[in-house]
Amino acid sequence: MTMQRDILVIDDELMVTRAVVKICSAEGITVAAADSAPEALRLLENSRFRLVLCDIMMSELDGFQFLEELDRRGIQTPVVMMTGYSTVENAVRSLTSTGAVDYISKPFTTDELLTVIRRSLRCSMLLDEAESAGLPRHGSMSYVPCPANYYRLGYVSWVLLEEEGTARIGVSDLFLKAAEGIRELELSLPGEDLVQGIPCAFATSLDGSVHGIICPMDGKILEVNADAQSNPSLVEKDPYFRGWLYRILPPNPENNLQWLST
Amino acid sequence: MLNSKISYKLTFGVVLTVLFAISIFAYFNIQSETKNLLAEVERHANQLSEAVKSDTEYDMLRNDRNRIHDSIRRIGAQESIDRVRIFNKSGEIIYSSGSAEIGKMVDKQAESCYRCHSAGKPLEHLEMAERTRIFRPDQDSSRLLGIINPIYNSPTCWTAACHAHPSEQTVLGVLDVTIPLTDIDRNIRRSQVAIVILAVSTILILSLIVGFLVRWWIDRPVQELLTAMRHIAGGNLAYRVEVKRDDELGMLARSFNDMTENLSQARLQLFQSDKLASLGRLAAGVAHEINNPLTAVLTYSSYLQKRAHGQPDIHADLDVIVSETIRCREIVKSLLDFARQTVPKKRQADINEIIHRAVAVIENQLSLGRVELVMDLDEALPRVTVDANQIQQVFINLMVNALDAIGEDSGSLKVTSKAITVCPKGTLQIKRALCRKRHDLVDGKVQINGKPAIGMRFRKKDLTGLIHLDPVYGSHEHLLDDMPPLEEGTDLLCPDCSASLLAEGEACPVCGSPIYAFEVPLKGLVQGCLQEGCGWHRWEQVDSEWNDEFVEVRVEDDGCGIPETQIPKLFEPFATTKGQKGTGLGLAVTWGIVDNHNGTITVESEVGVGTSFIIRIPVKS
Repeated sequence: MTMQRDILVIDDELMVTRAVVKICSAEGITVAAADSAPEALRLLENSRFRLVLCDIMMSELDGFQFLEELDRRGIQTPVVMMTGYSTVENAVRSLTSTGAVDYISKPFTTDELLTVIRRSLRCSMLLDEAESAGLPRHGSMSYVPCPANYYRLGYVSWVLLEEEGTARIGVSDLFLKAAEGIRELELSLPGEDLVQGIPCAFATSLDGSVHGIICPMDGKILEVNADAQSNPSLVEKDPYFRGWLYRILPPNPENNLQWLST
Repeated sequence: MLNSKISYKLTFGVVLTVLFAISIFAYFNIQSETKNLLAEVERHANQLSEAVKSDTEYDMLRNDRNRIHDSIRRIGAQESIDRVRIFNKSGEIIYSSGSAEIGKMVDKQAESCYRCHSAGKPLEHLEMAERTRIFRPDQDSSRLLGIINPIYNSPTCWTAACHAHPSEQTVLGVLDVTIPLTDIDRNIRRSQVAIVILAVSTILILSLIVGFLVRWWIDRPVQELLTAMRHIAGGNLAYRVEVKRDDELGMLARSFNDMTENLSQARLQLFQSDKLASLGRLAAGVAHEINNPLTAVLTYSSYLQKRAHGQPDIHADLDVIVSETIRCREIVKSLLDFARQTVPKKRQADINEIIHRAVAVIENQLSLGRVELVMDLDEALPRVTVDANQIQQVFINLMVNALDAIGEDSGSLKVTSKAITVCPKGTLQIKRALCRKRHDLVDGKVQINGKPAIGMRFRKKDLTGLIHLDPVYGSHEHLLDDMPPLEEGTDLLCPDCSASLLAEGEACPVCGSPIYAFEVPLKGLVQGCLQEGCGWHRWEQVDSEWNDEFVEVRVEDDGCGIPETQIPKLFEPFATTKGQKGTGLGLAVTWGIVDNHNGTITVESEVGVGTSFIIRIPVKS
């Protein structure tokens, strides 16, 4: 008996799973909860979920081991990591690991949680569509083809190393699609330093939710794409070329590249 | 344990050596004394025997046997003489003081004949030493010394009327005198006893003196050092050894004190960073534990907040819960930032730009508090290699603190940046200066510009006096009094031990005068010239290690100020004076960041007047 639900939330902290269940149920999202990774794996055997919300720090199997186990079992459900021990390294690592599409740091508000869940659910849907259209789920999960020499952080952002030692960074088409239309784009100023794993721009979507765009690489902002700022739809139309966000000077790109995929 | 004490070992060694020396001395002394006494007796016996010989010679020639008997008996009756006898060549006793022997034969192997007859053929001539013999007639009697005196044939003998000894006969007979050694032996024994007593008492007195001195000079200071080491080992780094002497142990004690001081300073720093590290681990643990309950609170409250849109009173209360929970989240975040204190990701950055960004962050707070912001930024500031985010956090922390200090009243916040060159010359104070024997020349009795000066004594022939040198490196406001110019014949000395402070064989590279030199503990040698108008000063280690270019940022407010008692604790975690406000970590984080950049942060504050935080970041990292 296979049953389809929207979300599986995994956390060894009962209060957290309860809160997530309550909020999501109120929003009409169907949720199942597990208090450990092994229990979640049992649930995943019998049911289908569109999204898994998983804590990183858990006693038996931690979030990263859970992702490995999913990969081993060939379960392709996208996973959003929750991290209480909110370090940039954890966040970036969770995005790099197979299966994790996004992360949210604890504690979060209802809006922050819903924004991430909705975006990730849509992302999961888009991935399903891509699969049914005959495209591979991993590797090129892009609508607009992502150029080959681009490095990506999860499905969120990309970076292109330029010959002069600078780098251009932008947001991926899948993230934009999942956010469903950008009304406003809040960008940082030239001269500021960006840190890999920390949001470098905030996009307000048409429904008013605010999406943080996680920066793929450390560096100082040399130039901000004024066109993108004044006309956010440009980013949606041409995310990989004219819709770039920043040109940065990365001090140590090699160090950052280990967490990026091509 | 006792045997292992150095004082016992040393005393034992000295006593053993003395015992050995005195024993040898006593042995040879007794030997030579005995020899001298015996020689004296021998000489005396020889004289006696010669006297007997000459006394009886006339009677012999006349062959007056009765007179000879008389003479021999008379002489032999003397107390100091045991026996006098004369025997002829064939060993027959002719005359003797003991009449009973007369006419008896003497065994040629007997002790009196043995000397001449031992070789089989009788010898005709004997040395003095060979003529004497010491013997004991029986076990219980005292020793005797016998001396034989051969009576040689002479023309008067063979021409005498009485009877004729044939002229070819060489030895006619032997005069044998025996004298008792009772007195001599007694003397020898007495002097032996005296020497032994002398030796024993010398050894006893000497070991007492050596033991006392060793105890006084070595044992006590070593014991004091041991006690100090036990204290140090037990963690009492404030313990100091009292330095009472100038010998090696005194120097050891002084070096020990230096070492302890350095150790205690190092431990203080270690303690601080250790405290921060353990606090960091604690913070990380707390953050992890607290995040989950906080998640529940924040999700439920924000959920209720969404649902309570139609009810303004409930909504307002829920707003408070949500915003305060978000504040908790920020506190936890800052705890985690503190816990991480990662190696800064340094890049070239413009400090002014960082200040502008920090100001942008707190701008709305400025307008609310009616605070006037004055910025005095040096446009030509050199770029520094820093983690811009961390440094920005430092400025934000300091500015928020300043705003809190100003409070509800109006006030002003001044941010200044400038490039400074901190030359060690003219700024660096010499706090300790050691002579060769490690006496501190900075005694604190005389100050120059409010700083304890370096004291030295000069001496030129009979002229001597104290001078004091400016303790600031490169500054020359010395108090030289009436010291003559440093030249040949003038010496500079340590006031404590009179060790010379002149650098031997070295001269000022500027003016060629003699130079002085002293050591600053752990910071190398300071050399300088005292020639008027020269002012050459060299502190090699400081000159080579000094990082001279800094960017200095001052954040000044005219707020409530910080009481002096709180200043030392200011940069410790949870030292907040802001009551409910803040996390108590701001300045600890600030300190950690500045420290990670090899910079310094200092505070100047006066209650009611205001506070200045001064940050210096080296341009060369």
